[in-house]
Amino acid sequence: MAEITLSGLAHSYQASPAGAADYAIRQLDHVWEQGGAYALLGPSGCGKSTLLNIISGLLAPSEGEVRFDGVAVNDLPPEARNIAQVFQFPVVYDTMTVFDNLAFPLRNVKTPEAKVRERVAEVAEILELTDRLERKARNLSADDKQKVSMGRGLVRDNVSAILFDEPLTVIDPQLKWKLRRKLKEIHRRFAVTMIYVTHDQLEASTFADKIAVMYDGQIVQFGTPRELFERPNHTFVGYFIGSPGMNFIEVHARDGEVVSGAFPLVLDAATARGVAQVCQDSSNVKLGIRPEFVEVCTEAGADSMTAQVLQVQDLGTYAIVHLGLGEISLKARIDEGKPMPGHEAHVRFPAQHLGLYVDEFRREDRR
Amino acid sequence: MSLTLEDVSRRVGGQTHVDRVSLTLEPGSFNVLLGRTLAGKTSLMRLMAGLDQPSEGRILMQGEDVTGRQVRQRNVSMVYQQFINYPNHSVYANIASPLKIAGVGRQEVDRRVREVAEMLHIEHLLERTPLELSGGQQQRTAMARALVKDADLILFDEPLVNLDYKLREEFREELRTLFERRDCIAVYATTEPAEALALGGYTAVLHQGRLLQYGPTAEVYHRPATLTAAEMFSEPPINVLEGRVREGEVSFDSEVHFALDNDLAGLADGDYRFGVRPSHLAMTPRADDDLALDVAVELAEISGSETFLHVRNEHVALVAHLPGVHAFGVDEAIRLYFPVHRLYVFDGEGATVHVPRSAGAR
Repeated sequence: MAEITLSGLAHSYQASPAGAADYAIRQLDHVWEQGGAYALLGPSGCGKSTLLNIISGLLAPSEGEVRFDGVAVNDLPPEARNIAQVFQFPVVYDTMTVFDNLAFPLRNVKTPEAKVRERVAEVAEILELTDRLERKARNLSADDKQKVSMGRGLVRDNVSAILFDEPLTVIDPQLKWKLRRKLKEIHRRFAVTMIYVTHDQLEASTFADKIAVMYDGQIVQFGTPRELFERPNHTFVGYFIGSPGMNFIEVHARDGEVVSGAFPLVLDAATARGVAQVCQDSSNVKLGIRPEFVEVCTEAGADSMTAQVLQVQDLGTYAIVHLGLGEISLKARIDEGKPMPGHEAHVRFPAQHLGLYVDEFRREDRR
Repeated sequence: MSLTLEDVSRRVGGQTHVDRVSLTLEPGSFNVLLGRTLAGKTSLMRLMAGLDQPSEGRILMQGEDVTGRQVRQRNVSMVYQQFINYPNHSVYANIASPLKIAGVGRQEVDRRVREVAEMLHIEHLLERTPLELSGGQQQRTAMARALVKDADLILFDEPLVNLDYKLREEFREELRTLFERRDCIAVYATTEPAEALALGGYTAVLHQGRLLQYGPTAEVYHRPATLTAAEMFSEPPINVLEGRVREGEVSFDSEVHFALDNDLAGLADGDYRFGVRPSHLAMTPRADDDLALDVAVELAEISGSETFLHVRNEHVALVAHLPGVHAFGVDEAIRLYFPVHRLYVFDGEGATVHVPRSAGAR
């Protein structure tokens, strides 16, 4: 078991990288604490597989250090790092029994047979594989095979961490949630550092206590699922988390007003002041608000803006309304049973749900 | 061009893949085939396309019997799960290929390729080859090729399965607008209820080769004809409580009793199954007459902006769909509430006997 520190990490697949664009990972510092349940979340091509391979030792980083409990492991090969990995496709020995599959990593390091039996029994019990221990692995269902893969990572008591790479891809949709529950139980019971790599927000938020969102070779936010939803630190997090993602409105200050294009926005005084202030230093200023928090009313109010209703998507339990506010397009969520506007709607942006983004990063000190 | 299936079946070996399906798709309509794996979606599409022939029944296009006609003699395009393109040809040549085969003149080919490439936002990629593209761009290329030839019928067989969810979101929105002004019939197969709702149009719910229900998508969702249709068209599936009605009172298990109110007053004595949508379960009561259930948390699944809470007690396992992000401990004891006036009621055979008045109302 280990705390994993990534220090000044950078990686390029090119021999002599010329600029930032040549790096798959750019200047990354991060600590995975011992015993945490973590996810590494990002779209394909964001660098998360590169990072995973650097932690497991399959790839040597161009720059920086990987430390397990403070000790640099850059020069250690994967097998010496004691990392267990669970991949998309279950890795099991088809001709062996479930018992022998689970015992394999222990027998490999010449563990006494009594200890092997004890550990395999314990792990089989939590994975609900006890009644299948004598079966050949080839006869198992996909989810049982994946449990065996996980079990092989759990039997050793000296693993530094378990890395999961999209482990539920081949699992039947109706069974996925049961394995997710199983993973949480396992984490609670074994208290080993677990890092779960995925492009799926549901997989990440369900498993992890804290999620590292990766974008363009960097970790742009490390936070709880709730923080990612309520206070995305980067416009990419706002876009990537939530369906649909956060609305972003490009703004600038003009004659004491906040405008987007030519459209004057009605905002609370503190937000308006904040925008005016940051606009002095940057021409890339955005306001972010989630569709869940855009208030849509059928009656005009003092602080409301008039929007055109462009489209209504009835998604069953709620509707997504596409609104046109001047040149701005905006999505708002309206829950079942709430009044639905006609051609025109009146919208408000509640101050506590507005985020101010400067050069794509959230600015917290706007008040 | 309308498309009609009349009592169409398809049997292979001893197995029935499509079981007596009758359906008419109107010109210009966007239609979703919704069902789980092996429900008969792909089999039905292959019959529509003329790739397979029905064992029984007739297929009519614009009233004309086309049952025995091969796919080449029908004006049909198809987009598959896998991104199928000619790997050695440019994106331009890929999109142009159906037009070249049809003998369309070079200038017309050029005009239409550029038009459809622009619609699908790949106009800047025309000179590349598919292998240089991302998965999303490859599927856009395949879609452009299907759209370019003005087919009477365009079939999409789970085209977004291999793309990540953000790309899926964008595609769904684009598809709606892409087909708004077309007069061809679009048929789109999916396993995901949320995708059917996002696409809108009409939905056909399929189960075990049978057509359970067909109608405007939101209507089918809000007013399922049977419990099975309701289960197939909700993810997480609608919760089912076994209950009985005796002398004007409903009881679930032994604990929950309530008097039949106006909405449900017509229910005769007997056993019923009561459907509660996951989104109608809440952590706090919203009305005085909300019913309460004591349950233990099995798992909170969090999807960015929403929480799916799996719970159970000794009688029943349920899923609650809560807005926002909420953390729960595994096995935490909680109380959930749901409103009586939003219950669906199904009889012993699973036929719908009551749809809440609020369903789909705004």
